[in-house]
Amino acid sequence: MRPFDYQRAERLTHAAQLTADADTLALAGGTNLIDLMKLQVETPQTLVDIGRLSLGEIADEGAGKARGLRIGALATNTATAAHPRVRADYPVLARGILAGATQQLRNKATTGGNLCQRTRCYYFTNIDQPCNKREPGSGCGAIKGIARIHAVLGTSPHCIATYPGDMAVAMAALDATVEIASENSSRSVPVRGFHRLPGDTPERDNVLEPGEIITAVTLPAPVGGIHLYRKVRERSSYAFALCSVAAVIALEDNRFTRADLAFGGLAHKPWHDPRIADLLIGNEPSLALFDKAADLLLEDAQGYGENDFKIPLARRTLAAVLCEATGVEP
Amino acid sequence: MTVHLKQDAPDERNVLDFTGQSVIGEPLSRPEGLLKVTGTATYAAEYEVDGCCEGVLVTLPVVRGEVTAIDEASVLSMPGVIAVLSDERMTGRPAQGMAGEAPFQPAKDVCYWGQPVALVVAETFEQARDAAKHVAMDWRSEQAPLDPAAVETEESESTRQGDLAHAMAEAAHSVDVVFTTEGHASAAMEPHAALAQWEDGKLTVHASLQMLKFNRAELADSIGLEEEQVRLLSPYVGGGFGSKLGVSQEVVAASLAAMHLGRPVRVVMSRQQVFQTVERRSETHQRIRLAADAEGRLTGFGHEARVSNLPGESFAEPVLQSSHFLYAGENRLLRLEVARIHRMTAGSVRAPGEAVGVQTVEQAMDMLAEKVGIDPVELRLRNIPDKHPANGKPFSSRKLAEALREGATAFGWEPRPRTPRHTREGEWWIGTGMASAARVHSVVEAKARVTLRPGGTALVETDMTDIGTGSYAILGQVAGEMLGLVPDDIEVRLGDTDLPPGSGSGGSVGAASCGSAVFLACQGLRKELAERLGIAPESLTLKDGFARWSGGQKALTELLNQEPIECTGHFEPGASTEDMAVSSFGAFFAEVAVNRWTGETRVRRMTGAFGFGRVLNARTARSQCLGGLTWCIGNALTESLLFDPVDGHLVNCDLAEYHVPVNRDVPDLEVLLLEERDAAASPIQAKGVGELGLCGGAAAIANAIHDACGARVFAYPMTPDRVLAAMPET
Repeated sequence: MRPFDYQRAERLTHAAQLTADADTLALAGGTNLIDLMKLQVETPQTLVDIGRLSLGEIADEGAGKARGLRIGALATNTATAAHPRVRADYPVLARGILAGATQQLRNKATTGGNLCQRTRCYYFTNIDQPCNKREPGSGCGAIKGIARIHAVLGTSPHCIATYPGDMAVAMAALDATVEIASENSSRSVPVRGFHRLPGDTPERDNVLEPGEIITAVTLPAPVGGIHLYRKVRERSSYAFALCSVAAVIALEDNRFTRADLAFGGLAHKPWHDPRIADLLIGNEPSLALFDKAADLLLEDAQGYGENDFKIPLARRTLAAVLCEATGVEP
Repeated sequence: MTVHLKQDAPDERNVLDFTGQSVIGEPLSRPEGLLKVTGTATYAAEYEVDGCCEGVLVTLPVVRGEVTAIDEASVLSMPGVIAVLSDERMTGRPAQGMAGEAPFQPAKDVCYWGQPVALVVAETFEQARDAAKHVAMDWRSEQAPLDPAAVETEESESTRQGDLAHAMAEAAHSVDVVFTTEGHASAAMEPHAALAQWEDGKLTVHASLQMLKFNRAELADSIGLEEEQVRLLSPYVGGGFGSKLGVSQEVVAASLAAMHLGRPVRVVMSRQQVFQTVERRSETHQRIRLAADAEGRLTGFGHEARVSNLPGESFAEPVLQSSHFLYAGENRLLRLEVARIHRMTAGSVRAPGEAVGVQTVEQAMDMLAEKVGIDPVELRLRNIPDKHPANGKPFSSRKLAEALREGATAFGWEPRPRTPRHTREGEWWIGTGMASAARVHSVVEAKARVTLRPGGTALVETDMTDIGTGSYAILGQVAGEMLGLVPDDIEVRLGDTDLPPGSGSGGSVGAASCGSAVFLACQGLRKELAERLGIAPESLTLKDGFARWSGGQKALTELLNQEPIECTGHFEPGASTEDMAVSSFGAFFAEVAVNRWTGETRVRRMTGAFGFGRVLNARTARSQCLGGLTWCIGNALTESLLFDPVDGHLVNCDLAEYHVPVNRDVPDLEVLLLEERDAAASPIQAKGVGELGLCGGAAAIANAIHDACGARVFAYPMTPDRVLAAMPET
């Protein structure tokens, strides 16, 4: 760990001001950042502890039928997953969060921090290995190396890392919105557009600019339906997803009226393909239809040897989720 | 007073069954348990020593090369940095178990990626860690073989009897199959750590080590001291699983730094360094051939394995160890080959040999049972040999048949031929599988001193370690049984080379070896007490602090008359274990659920039935077996070391990416301890138990996967992708 300065932000504007410096990072739960600092993967000059800011509230947003939910950036994963409205109206989110990490980590991890958590690519976390994400231009060790946990969708020749989380995958299915503040302004970005694909700049995980801080994630009004979060992993807890599917599904007269799907473990971001809902909605559920949905999802999928299995696994996991939601017998 | 026994003959007297205190075998809690669960047991790195400075190992990110220059000045100006040590005596590899001599030196001769080559010492840990990343070095590097399948191998062991190829050709039923297992890490909770102090020509090191007698010799030899100048202390060890058998790099480095600086130096390996630099279990490639007659009686047995290690290392994962005697078959071919590649040192990790060698045989046996069309349990029962199939020695004791039968009953095993896909619950295929367990037994020389104190209590002392296994408890119980004392009246001191040298913990030798040393010491004390009473030792009963004999009784305190008596027991293995085949046996039964969509496998329950001689403490023995069963789950489903094909570095080097089973992976586990006395195994009729629970059980899970969904997977671990690839589609 390199020596660093530590500052405690008392106000949001102060925090935003400080983090405008490229060598300054915001510290929330610290479950990812501190580990990476010990490994010298992250080497900030200054840490701004935003933990004391009043961003932990989970509260209704709007009223009546349009009543959404605003989850503060510092609400812990545990608090969010246990919140009565999350459990009642957004169970896919509760399930997604509880599928991630461990109870101890969820007690510390925050909404904003979770969105910003960095990839678990083995080459990213080892500073003696090339990694374009950690050190632009140094190359990618994973492409010719051990790519077991890596992406099959939206990769670039520079980076095949995945976004590792679960919470954001559920939020992408829910079409939630990230609220972002800077010193003088604020903006909103859909979760589906918050994370980036690696392209030529894999060092950038998401669209946050220096000086911007996540203040909340807002969930739209509840849509009902069947909420599922399915995570495939090597052990039953404390393992990142080989593939995960978040689904909000509704049917009327045995036809899809809603099919909001997002996928984890497959790409540099929670993967959402609007064509899948377009394909499903209005049609009767069937194995053949699910297969077509998987064809759409995976038409540009590319494996890197070790992770080729993710392509058929994603197809099967999608089918499993859709069968469970619709009652189609395999 | 010393009582020495070299055991040349079986001891059928079963003395501990007639002593009368009735503490032996009782499921007592560990005396140190409260300290451990309250965080007050002090581990190596936790001692507070004035003026202690902190060392961090500098590692080199090349697979083969030599450090030609280390620029100490490059970091000496950094805050807090005291020194950069690149002493020729630093060790690049850990010592193999029971080596008793220096491991490979010098450290600058780099043979695997991440080898420690130097040590940075600073005032604080953070300063040292930062500086260790910034030490400027010059080195030469070269290409080196990384792939065990791509190099010439050398033969390590070979046994041929009869003509296996002919037996295979003539067999009514046969199996010829290749398995692979991947490398394993010990993955002990406590990282390797040492705190060294050099005072008045004497080196004292708090370390996390399993076998202090050998470790002292290894350390002294590494740095050029006499053994008498070195004291090692490891009263508590937070798990070893083989990785702390031999003295490791941080112990030597901390010692050299303390001697160089004249200040105490602490070195704690990072989790990544533990994974990258201590011993790994070799990956294996195993071909199993089974030839059988129409009823499934084996006529031929073949087990050929390839393992790997660094050049110059004598250790070869002893994959065949139990294959020599587990099953019959007059035509036999067993062969072990070693590939020399540049991964970190391969050595003893959790039941070396059987942990990966029995599970392949047991999966092949399941395939044979399927071909013969009989119950897999019945196939095993038909193939239990009368005597050792290679050397004709009788078995000293063997509970294999009982374990198979009683385990099957306890588990609720359906005795029938297996046909896959008989049960589905929603998305999950449900199946059951079983396997035999076997682990060779050995004992080693051990000494222990027992002192009867004037107050009527006893002190047991040996340098034996407790690596979470229950050594404190069982040694106290042996003494309590022999001396007629309740456990609270016995103090056990372990883990200090100033105490008589025991066996150390490793290879499941500790309980029987050190237990026997304590037993012998107590025999000496009993003889002394009997002499004081003028009676024969056999006429003496010691119970609850009293000596009783046919003529009366006397309090122990009175007999001692204000003076302590002490006796050192000295146990040595002799001909008794050489003239017989001595091993522990058992059986595993598992029920699994395999997801039809994803191939994810979850173990739903497991039963293990084990016979390992006398049970010294039913609670700690059971806990050992529970640990073994848990490792079976990791072995079967999740654990593998992943090496980069380009530069050979270990990629998954933390507990997030090296997947040991977590709580949720471990279901209801049932353990049956089968009462047994093995007269040849040790004077206390005990055999090793620590590793038996891991020896074969992964096959019970593998066979259950097949029974559940029809997937026969030949590569361990059976991750979802591998199960899916083998799963029939319809």
